[in-house]
Formats: sequence, C-alpha cells, structure tokens
Amino acid sequence: MVKYTLKRLFYMVLTLFIIATITFFLMKLLPGSPLTNQERLSPEQQELILDKYGLNDPLPIQYVNYMTNLVQGDLGLSFQYDNRPVAQMIAERIGPSAELGFQAIVFGTIVGILLGVIAALKHNTIWDYTATTIAVLGISIPSFVFAGLLQYYFGVEWQWFPVASWEGFEYTILPTLSLSVFVIATVARYMRSELLEVLNSDYIMLARAKGVSAPVIMVKHALRNALIPIITLLGPLAVNIMTGSLVIERIFAIPGIGEQFVRSINTNDYTVIMGITLFYSVLFIAVVFIVDILYGIIDPRIRVSGGDRK
Amino acid sequence: MQKKKLSIFLVLMLMVSTILAACGGGSSDSNDSGQTSDNGGGENNVLNLTETQDIPSMDSALATDAVSFNTLNSVMEGLYRLGEDDKAVEGMADGEPQISEDGKTWTIKLRDANWSNGEPVTANDFVFAWRKALNPDTAAEYAYIMYDLKNAAAVNAGEMTPEELGVKAIDEKTLEIQLENPVPYFKELLTFATFYPQNEAYVTEQADQFGLEADTVLYNGPFTMTEWKHEDQFVLQKNPEYWDAENVQLETVNTKIVKDTQTDVNLYESGELDRVKLSAEFVDKYKEEEGFQTIKEASVFFLRLNQSSNDVLKNADARKAIAMGFDKTGITDSLLNNGSVPADYLVPAEFVQGPDGKDFRETAGSYLETDQAAAAEHWAKAKEALGQDAVELELLSYDDDVSKKITEYLKEQLETNLEGLTVNIKLQPFKQKLDLESSMNYEASLAGWGPDYPDPMTFIDMFVTDGAHNQSGYSNPQVDKLVQDAKTTLLTDEQARWDALVEAEKLMLEDAAFAPVYQRARAYLTKPAVEGVLYHKFGADYSLKWTSVTR
Repeated sequence: MVKYTLKRLFYMVLTLFIIATITFFLMKLLPGSPLTNQERLSPEQQELILDKYGLNDPLPIQYVNYMTNLVQGDLGLSFQYDNRPVAQMIAERIGPSAELGFQAIVFGTIVGILLGVIAALKHNTIWDYTATTIAVLGISIPSFVFAGLLQYYFGVEWQWFPVASWEGFEYTILPTLSLSVFVIATVARYMRSELLEVLNSDYIMLARAKGVSAPVIMVKHALRNALIPIITLLGPLAVNIMTGSLVIERIFAIPGIGEQFVRSINTNDYTVIMGITLFYSVLFIAVVFIVDILYGIIDPRIRVSGGDRK
Repeated sequence: MQKKKLSIFLVLMLMVSTILAACGGGSSDSNDSGQTSDNGGGENNVLNLTETQDIPSMDSALATDAVSFNTLNSVMEGLYRLGEDDKAVEGMADGEPQISEDGKTWTIKLRDANWSNGEPVTANDFVFAWRKALNPDTAAEYAYIMYDLKNAAAVNAGEMTPEELGVKAIDEKTLEIQLENPVPYFKELLTFATFYPQNEAYVTEQADQFGLEADTVLYNGPFTMTEWKHEDQFVLQKNPEYWDAENVQLETVNTKIVKDTQTDVNLYESGELDRVKLSAEFVDKYKEEEGFQTIKEASVFFLRLNQSSNDVLKNADARKAIAMGFDKTGITDSLLNNGSVPADYLVPAEFVQGPDGKDFRETAGSYLETDQAAAAEHWAKAKEALGQDAVELELLSYDDDVSKKITEYLKEQLETNLEGLTVNIKLQPFKQKLDLESSMNYEASLAGWGPDYPDPMTFIDMFVTDGAHNQSGYSNPQVDKLVQDAKTTLLTDEQARWDALVEAEKLMLEDAAFAPVYQRARAYLTKPAVEGVLYHKFGADYSLKWTSVTR
C-alpha cells in the first residue's frame, strides 16, 4: 500500500507539472496582453509596461521564471486586480463556491438516491415514470433557466428567500437548489439502473431464499453494491460543482471562483489563469486518488493494482 | 468484518464533521453581514447601488476602469472635482489657480483639509502621487494622461528621474505645476483619479498592501470605505474629516457586485436597490415608470475603414456609400433602446462647449447623414472606378450580444442598399479584436471611443497620420496641420483653436475617414427617494457628494 501510494504521488506531481507546462504555453497563445487599458495606450506605452512585468522576455525564460516561483509556492500577482496576490484571490473566492457546491452535492445525492431507489423498487409504475421524468428534465434544462425561475418566483414574486448576494445561510438556498438539480438527476439515473441490475443478481436471490427480511436485503446487500458506481461519479462531480459555476454565480451574485476563472481568461490575467488551473488540477487529482482508495474500503472485490498484499 | 465496520464508521465521521464545519462557517457569515443589511433598505440617506465588477485596486495611480473611478471619486479628492455640467469646482485647492502669462506655470494654494487619519493634506502629497504614477516601476496604465506635465513623458519612459517632473511643493500648502504647453482644460483634467494625492508616509508604510483592503488606504474625499468584501460588496460611510462634510448628506453607500442585469432588476423590484442600469430588453417595460432616465455618454461608435490595404476602402466614394448607406435609427431605437442617438459625427453632442459657450455640435455641422440615394450614387461610382460589380467586405466586431445584433443589422442594411456588396461578419473576443485592429489586420470594424479629457482633441487626434489609434491608414495632411496647430501655436487663442478643431472634424467626415454610427447612452431606473446624483461625461460616471435619500 505504501509503495502504491508513493507511486501514485509521483504520477500526481508529474501530471501537475505537465498541466502547468501545457497551460502556460497555450495561455501565451491568447491574443492581446493583460493590460486593462490596452485600447487606449500607444504601442510604445504598452511596451514600457510589458517590459516592467517581464512579459517581453522570450517565452522559455518567462516559463522558467514562472516555474521557479511556482516551486517556491509563489503564484504571483494578478494583473487585473492590480498587485493582489493570486493565492489570496483563490482563497477568498473558493469559500462561497465550495460551500454552495458541498450543500448541493449532499442535498442532491440524498434526493437523487431516494428518487433512484423509489424508481427501481416501483419499477414500471407511475412512481418510476415520475422519477425518471424528473431526472430527464434535470439533465436537459440548463441551470440558468432553472436559476432564473427560482429567483423570480421564490425571490421576487413570493419573497420567500433573498433574491441574490451572499450574506448568510438563507442566501445559499436558491443557488444550492439550482446547482443540485443536475446532481439529483445524475445520481437518480445511475441509482435506478444500478439498483435494478443488483436486485436481479444471484446473491440477492440467495438472500431472499435464506429468508432475510426485505429491508435488510435492501440496505445491506442491494444498496451497498449499487452505490459503488455512484462513488466513482461523485468524486469528479463534487470537484466540478465545488469549484464554482459561472452561471449560478452570475445570477445569484455570489463572490465565487467559477466566474473569476472565466474572467481571468477573457482579460488575459496570466497569473490568475495559471493559479486557478493548477488549483483545480490539484483538487481533481486528489479526489480521483481518494476515490480509488475508497473503492477498496467499500467493496473488497476491488483492490488497487500493484498493491502489495501480504 | 470488524475492520470494515470501523472504516465505514470513520468515513461517516468524516462526512458528519465536514457538514458541521460547513454549517459553522455559514452561520458566522450571516452574523457579520447581518449588520450591513440592517443598515440598508428603508433608511434616510442610505443609498444602495450595484456595480458590475469589483474594484481592482484602491490605489488611485493604478485605476483604469469605471468602478475604480466611480468609487475613488467618492472617497478621494484631487485639487478640483467635477461639479455640475462637468465644470471643475474646488476640491483640495483653495480658490482659483494662479496661471502665469504663458499659461505654463500653475500655482495652487491648498485648503486646510485632512486625511481620514487626521493628518493634513499637503502639497507634497500631490508631488509624491504624481511622481509615483509616472515612475515606470509603477506601471500605471493611465500615466499618459499626465503627459502635459513638464518632462512627464521622459520620466515615464525612464529617460529622466521622477524628481525632474514639473511639479514641486513650494511650501506645505502651495503647489507649483509646470506644463509642457498651456492646456485649456487643465483644471478639469486635475479632477481625474491619476491626479489624486497620496500620503507618502502612509503609502510607504503599507508597501505592497496599499490599496488592497478598505483599511490600507487613506481617504480625503466625502466618504471613506469602511468595509470591502472582495467580489461581494463594499460600504462607504460619510467622512467626518472631509473639509466640506456639512454639505454631504448621504451617511452610507452600500454597493454590491452584481454581474447580471436580470438579477439587478430583480433586486430593484424586491426593494433592495435604489438604482438599476437597464439594458435594451428592460427599457420598454420600465420606460413609463417614475425614475426612468437616460444619460447620454460621451462615447461614439463608428466603423473603422481600413484604407491601407483594402482597395475598395481606399476609394472615397465607396467609404461614403458605406457611411451613408444604412439607417442608424434602427440601431439606436430598436437594438439599443437606451437613449442612444444616431451619430453623423465624431465629437459627441453635449460633451464640450466652445469659448462662445455653445456646444461643439452646434458650431460644427452635420455630415454623412443617412441618404440612400446618395449612397447608391457613390457606390455606383466606386464600382466603376474599381471595375468590379461584386464586392466582398469583412466586418469585424465584438462577440457580445449587443454588438452581434448591431453587426447583423449593418450587414442587412448595407447589402440591401448597396447593390453587389456582400458583408462577411467576423465576431472576435475583445482582446483579439483589439489585436487585429492595431495590426490593421481587418477590413471594416465596429469600434467605440470615449474621452480621456474634456476636449474635442481626445477624439480628433485619433485620426492624424500614423496616430497610435488611427489604425485605418487614413491620412490627410490638412487634418494633421490643424491638429498640430491646435496643440501648439493656437493654444493661447481659444477661439482659433476651436475653429481649427471644427474644421479638422469636417475634413475627416468629408473624406469619410470612418463611418459614424451612434452615440451611446445609458438607461437608469432610480427610486424617487434619491436626489442629486450628478452624472459626468468623463472620468467617473457619477458623483455622490451632493446626493441625498429621503424616504
């Protein structure tokens, strides 16, 4: 296990290095400069400022400079937010995104599993069709439509919840709901099909034949096995959702990181693009690793390859 | 089995603890922000606004964007500040400047005024801030706005030391400014954020933290910033140290960062906002409501016509045909619908007045008005001269929704009115479009320009031969001469200078150097309780110093 973990860690660092390198050079292909006042400055004035930031150096030198700082843990300063440290920007913005994402994942998973279980148990009844319809709608309606509707009816018309902004738990409810729709739909669909498959398998029949009670079969045997694919799904989905959604953050005026990432690309804010990309990558790589470890715990049939079993 | 149960238990524990941790974070959030939202809503002299993005920095030397200018205008003050009709009124300066005979030396007395920490604002604060803005190490993107100061360009290029800049403190309360040339609008220029003072001791002490947080800046304006949650909201409170505090009525200004117009409108509807900026699709719904108003901006949009590489656009008849060949009201009344007006000009209406007190547009005429018959005639001549029956033209534009609609409309109009013309639309992201324009790698392009300073020159010198912003290869020696004179020999004769600028614009439009499209405006819906917001045509969009809210 130790050997396996070390090997995985090595590959994780290597992956990060490759991501950093590719992103750096791709990013430099973006047209324009990070100057916010670009259209007003004469070419000579632009050169002056780019010189000061070292952006006129040959690319390989810029790359080495960046990587040297990166290894020392320095993500640099933002261009768009004059002289603000990128690390601080990420730290400030990840909080709201992660909180929303976490709530959406927890709520969405619970509701999704419930829906999936109901659909599977009441297979081909009105319950099943209702759950399936909800799942299909959840996947196919874009989140901005759903968010817009929630905001209009619950916020403006009925005034049950705040319309937008970020000032406390009640402000998180509508965006959480909007975000969780996709989670509910995805989880419910997987849960339904997995559970149907498991329920038809031999070991469930055996348990029934042995006279094990229906609730025990369901919780101990069927659900546990049906959950395995959900975990594979949830890891990346959680990272995806907790790193912020451009649309939801715009509509509900949330000071999150998803919107910031898109804007940094639009404004050529090089250091911020690199910082957020690397941050996302670290999260993603870490989660994939954790999911792999979790597999073994939940299902003894799956053991990590290359592990030394003694 | 035992081991497995333990691991499941551990996983569960982990999940529960994360949930608890997340909930803990959430509730503490609501505690500190509860105070700010309590202050909002129905109180007198509390104003609730939104901006579409956060302030990049509170360092006035680095400001480049509208949000920074708007906020700095509330919390800082230069020698003068913009008042009614964009005229400079007293700020840190006590009375009118003493101007030397040749107009190149300005001596300004400072009033007794304090920074928000109680220290006096001195002449050295201006000297320090201006040297800092022009110091190449600062990399200030608006440094060029100060190039009228003596030696400023050389200092900014690193050829002279900042100490050689033409500004000095004669004593604690007297500032002497040396100019390269007399500048007719210099008093108004001094209201611009780059000219604000900064307290040297404080800035040095804060070092790289200066301007990053609400409590790492010193304020000398009508308000101070008391809270700044990045990307979320910021709060301004009346500044008790401000010299004119008795005339400031607002107690609190809450500004939230809201990027979506629909969200803005919803917040306004639910009573959390006092003013909302409307985009075209909302104007019809609200234009009959009390508090609806449109504010003309000094931004003019036009088609750049690349005359250096494109044979068709080298032909003056072809350019005239394009400039006259589309109906501008379709863009202003249907697509924009926010008070924007058709433009047959370059220097915007209601922007500057001449020595005779008349608006520039009243003195200057109207040219290149839409005239389909004349356009068709010019087009026929152009095609004959080119020996072509079918002409293709690429039209470059921004990739946002509004520009996209305008570009499609232009294509339809031009193709209908100019026989044999095919317009190919090319939409590009902002930065890419700028690159294509500055490398002149385009044929025609929808572009906009707003003023840097309150003078027609900020528009007119754009099109001098090889000017940095000409970007179309247009060249007319007569225009160059007029602009050169207006910048040098005519500076002391205001009327002659004004006539030269009027003439230069006329020549450019007669050449159809570009095709004017519209002058932009913004539509606002403001709660009737709000009074006395001043709107400006350059620098900050508005001033809140004289604003009051009576609910």
